[in-house]
Amino acid sequence: MASEAKAEGSKELVFHPMDQFIVKPLAGDGPVGLFTVTNVTLWMALAVLAIFALMVLGTSGRSVIPSRIQSIAELAYGFIRKMVEDVAGKDALPYFPYIMTLFMFIVFSNFLGLIPGSFTTTSHIAVTAVMAMAVFLAVTILGFVKNGAGFLGVFWISSAPLALRPILALIEVISYFVRPVSHSIRLAGNMMAGHAVIKVFAAFAPMILIGWIGVLVTPLSIIAITAIYALEVLVSFIQAYVFTILTCVYLKDALHPHH
Amino acid sequence: MASETHDAAATASACVDAGGGAIGMPQLCGEWMGNQVFWLVVTLVVIYFILSRIALPRIQAILGERQGAITNDLAAAEDFKVKAQEAEDAYNKALADARAEAQNIIAETKAEIRAELDEATAKADAEIAAKAAEGEKAIAEIRANALESVKDVAKETAKELVSAMGVKADARSITSAVTAKLKG
Amino acid sequence: MEGDVVQMGAYIGAGLACTGMGGAAVGVGHVVGNFLSGALRNPSAAGGQTATMFIGIAFSEALGIFSFLVALLLMFAV
Repeated sequence: MASEAKAEGSKELVFHPMDQFIVKPLAGDGPVGLFTVTNVTLWMALAVLAIFALMVLGTSGRSVIPSRIQSIAELAYGFIRKMVEDVAGKDALPYFPYIMTLFMFIVFSNFLGLIPGSFTTTSHIAVTAVMAMAVFLAVTILGFVKNGAGFLGVFWISSAPLALRPILALIEVISYFVRPVSHSIRLAGNMMAGHAVIKVFAAFAPMILIGWIGVLVTPLSIIAITAIYALEVLVSFIQAYVFTILTCVYLKDALHPHH
Repeated sequence: MASETHDAAATASACVDAGGGAIGMPQLCGEWMGNQVFWLVVTLVVIYFILSRIALPRIQAILGERQGAITNDLAAAEDFKVKAQEAEDAYNKALADARAEAQNIIAETKAEIRAELDEATAKADAEIAAKAAEGEKAIAEIRANALESVKDVAKETAKELVSAMGVKADARSITSAVTAKLKG
Repeated sequence: MEGDVVQMGAYIGAGLACTGMGGAAVGVGHVVGNFLSGALRNPSAAGGQTATMFIGIAFSEALGIFSFLVALLLMFAV
């Protein structure tokens, strides 16, 4: 569908909802190698800068009565710290910086991706899958290191009737190994779907240049873009929250494997 | 998917067609994944060090400091409260003392006045009694004098009357008769 | 129309797989609705359970994600 809509100067609607996800080198048209500086690099660097600005420059005053930016940074700190404590328990606090890293990266990538024309790094399954696999591997290794073979108790639900336990154990094992899949695709899929939907509605917006029906369609599509954008602002935060809280849940399984 | 029309593309990528549009899902394009993963790892490591080395300890310190300040302020407020309580107690005590003293003074004064009054009353009573007795005595004297005068006047009158009627009467019989009449 | 039967089948299958997302939507709505009805009965206990609600949403949404994954695989990988 991509290439037949390419005819130059044609008065047709052009749908390229996926073009915004293309990775391209920042300079030139060369191939994308492992270390090429691409738009991924750019937007990840911007996320790092934003996090640095908020968490380091924002708190540089170290004031007891916080400025606005400092209170946002403190809010983020308290939010994630409380989440780790409540969901994963007090003994999960040593892993708090890692969880904080994930949350800050996801939330800033999501919100930077909402800037029109930007590139959303978290909409790529490669990115989210690496984070999810890192969580999965870390949790699994941590579980075995902390509990030894007792970690397998996470699959053996001792509160269920004995006859059901093997079946439940099978289901638990499957769901355990499916975790990184759902963990990563939830984030990437939400991001990708929202941006693609906005792009599809945006493609309807120039309808007014094509025919009289555009008088009706163009305002509707602009309203739809606005509404979906508002939803995406919400989704951006909620998906970061969900990713983080699921990390905490998995971490709790590793630290306290007995249900 | 129009992938079969893209064989003439000049681009080096298998995921982008000649016009720069995406073929299929860019997310599933294998040749970009290495780049993304590499930069993601770099980014995460950088963020991790920024957060764990600088930001998080700093925020923790700020929060601890604020907690300390709040605790101190609360303790100071508690101190002030205790002091205020003490001051109020002292004030109340002083007030109660003053009131009791005033009560005492009032009672004393009242007693004094009463005593004085009683004394004066007694003195006055005695004086009055003395005066009354004197008066009674005088009255009794006057009454006796008057009786005496009446007797004399009666005697004189009777003597005159008797003599006027031409009867000679001796003074003794007249006196006894008058006395008998006065008694009767 | 160009293409072949296999591709047609894959596209139809992808469309059918998307119906699974409707199930996930029902599930998420059910979770949130029940949370809300419980929260309105006992608002003081609701605050502490928001995280639990999000975990429940994530778990029920996971199955919708699998249908999305199947649709993607049919569209682009088969």
